[in-house]
Amino acid sequence: MVRTLALSTVASIALALPAQAFDIKIGVLNDRSGTYADLAGEGSVVAVRMAIEDFDAAGKGINVEVISADHQNKPDIASTIARQWYDQDGVDVIMDLPTSSTALAVAGITAEMGGIMLNSGAATSDLTGEACEETTVHWTYDTAALANGTAKAVTQSGGDTWFFLTADYAFGHALERDATQVIEANGGTVVGSVAHPFPGTDFSSFILQAQASGAKVIGLANAGSDTVNSIKQSSEFGVTQAGQSLASLLMFLTDVHSLGAQTAQGLVLTEAFYWDLNDETREWSARFEEKMGAKPTMVQAGNYAAALHYLKAVEALGSADDNIAVVEKMKEMPTSDPLFGEGYVRKDGRVIHDMYLFEVKTPEESTGEWDLYKTLATIPGEEAFRALEDGGCEFAMSE
Amino acid sequence: MDIFGIPVQVLFGQLLIGLINGSFYAVLSLGLAVIFGLLNIINFTHGAQYMMGAFVAWMMLNYLGVNYWFALVLAPLVVGAFGMLAERLMLARLYKLDHLYGLLLTFGLALIIQGLFRNYYGISGLPYTIPPALSGGQNLGFMFLPNYRAWVIVVSVVVCFGTWFMIEKTKLGAYLRAATENPELVGAFGINVPRMVTLTYGFGAALAGLAGVLAAPIYSVNPNMGADLIILVFAVVVIGGMGSIIGAILTGFGLGIIEGLTRVVYPEGSSVVIFVIMAIVLLVKPEGLFGRQA
Repeated sequence: MVRTLALSTVASIALALPAQAFDIKIGVLNDRSGTYADLAGEGSVVAVRMAIEDFDAAGKGINVEVISADHQNKPDIASTIARQWYDQDGVDVIMDLPTSSTALAVAGITAEMGGIMLNSGAATSDLTGEACEETTVHWTYDTAALANGTAKAVTQSGGDTWFFLTADYAFGHALERDATQVIEANGGTVVGSVAHPFPGTDFSSFILQAQASGAKVIGLANAGSDTVNSIKQSSEFGVTQAGQSLASLLMFLTDVHSLGAQTAQGLVLTEAFYWDLNDETREWSARFEEKMGAKPTMVQAGNYAAALHYLKAVEALGSADDNIAVVEKMKEMPTSDPLFGEGYVRKDGRVIHDMYLFEVKTPEESTGEWDLYKTLATIPGEEAFRALEDGGCEFAMSE
Repeated sequence: MDIFGIPVQVLFGQLLIGLINGSFYAVLSLGLAVIFGLLNIINFTHGAQYMMGAFVAWMMLNYLGVNYWFALVLAPLVVGAFGMLAERLMLARLYKLDHLYGLLLTFGLALIIQGLFRNYYGISGLPYTIPPALSGGQNLGFMFLPNYRAWVIVVSVVVCFGTWFMIEKTKLGAYLRAATENPELVGAFGINVPRMVTLTYGFGAALAGLAGVLAAPIYSVNPNMGADLIILVFAVVVIGGMGSIIGAILTGFGLGIIEGLTRVVYPEGSSVVIFVIMAIVLLVKPEGLFGRQA
């Protein structure tokens, strides 16, 4: 009797106390000086900090520290930093990781060292396929979703022969592979492809080869300034006047902004986020623009959403000690945030939410330097992303 | 018709594109060769000066409304003036020291300049459109040649020939060459050698600036554009022979063509082919194809 009373007293005191304060360290690892610095870079760090503020982590007794580093798009540099962060600096979570090759390298290290990788920047669908890990959560987009958006739309509207200009690294090859599947499934054929060095500057030789192929569509399986230069130089070489069309499978808002509506008008592209979707995205993007001087890209938005969901999971668990448990919690709770709306984290780590098919506005339609897209279609998450069983993620299939 | 399994049309097209890229290599390596040949400075700021040329052209258009044609003259002057300032304030203090100091200084300078532009303008690049008079192109049968690219070849050939002529065939060029051999003696003839050195460095920088303006409409105006190119251009200069004017010009065009052909035969190798050639040349003829024996 006395013992039960004592126990219940202790229990009630423990319940009455506020949740114990604890520390989390988030490392944002991305390109801060190279070709992807504008679409990720400092903007991703800013987005993560905004998530921490909006979540009111400090008020909830969760002390979050954010550090960042430049991986220069090189897997070896990314690996070294990731190891040091986990090993010596006590980092719990590594975020962003644009450039698929760096993301694949860090995914392995994260699993080995027991961290969490919240990926928003990388495109390769292998992260939740063959190279999946229980510690990986892949936000925002992937090559399969890009293919299901742009490649499908272009093929169905008559562009049934393709030639690819592919960035010669993990991302480009994954995108070409995923797009080829979608093109063939929709009755099209791929007549050829050329792998160009990454990053490149002069694409005229490759454009010439694409022109000689006679394909109706030149598919650009590259990103960032490579895409910008490919499109610019294609227009110089009269690709569209000669009757071929361009399909840029991955384009970010900053790329379109850099090209300007004059050159980019009419391009069809797939993105997970656009600042001008609704009131909530506009409000958030305005706050972001105040800090960064530019509208956010989907990668930066994805970092916000990922950090927010992670913090919610940690709060629900009341601890950030067991990273596997945190990821389990993230998969258990539905995702909900102002930027991507409702969604969920699938077993293989893939985050399922809506994607959008946009068309770049003409200069006449555009009312400002960032008013660049009109929405062609909303692609429901289930349709946009590859089905779980097609990815080949072993641990997700076996359960 | 095929040659080595490549359709003739594609082959001709690639040769022409190689020539166009080669003209950028030629103008850039020419500037490097002039500066190295006459001043003995390994000018790592050259890539940044090329990038500045493109940016100055962009700024002139967007802030002052100065069009491409004026920028083609004014931007190199601005970059050249900046070069002269840097030479007077910094490089001039290093002439008595080992080459390495000049290399480190110019390399550091390049990083600072690139960093500043990156901070202000971001990395995605800024649009600069082809001037209306040069837009469009010609259908050559085997390929579509944009007028602007043809223009780039013409300007490059004229600039390369003009520079070569000035240095090798004129009195001013003779003074310059003499001053590098024996500055005291040339100074004794009443020629202001330090001023000549400053002007030469400014001229080399202006050549880089000019290449930048030529590049602006083709590639987006991007803070990294020089950094991406400079190592390649150095390889061109080494292959041609450090300091050899004619070597820089001929290898510039030649390597552009070889690179273009590699893009058809083995595209993945196109980014390293120039370095492979450099390695071979260094093994067989360490002073470079047109270099004088040291």
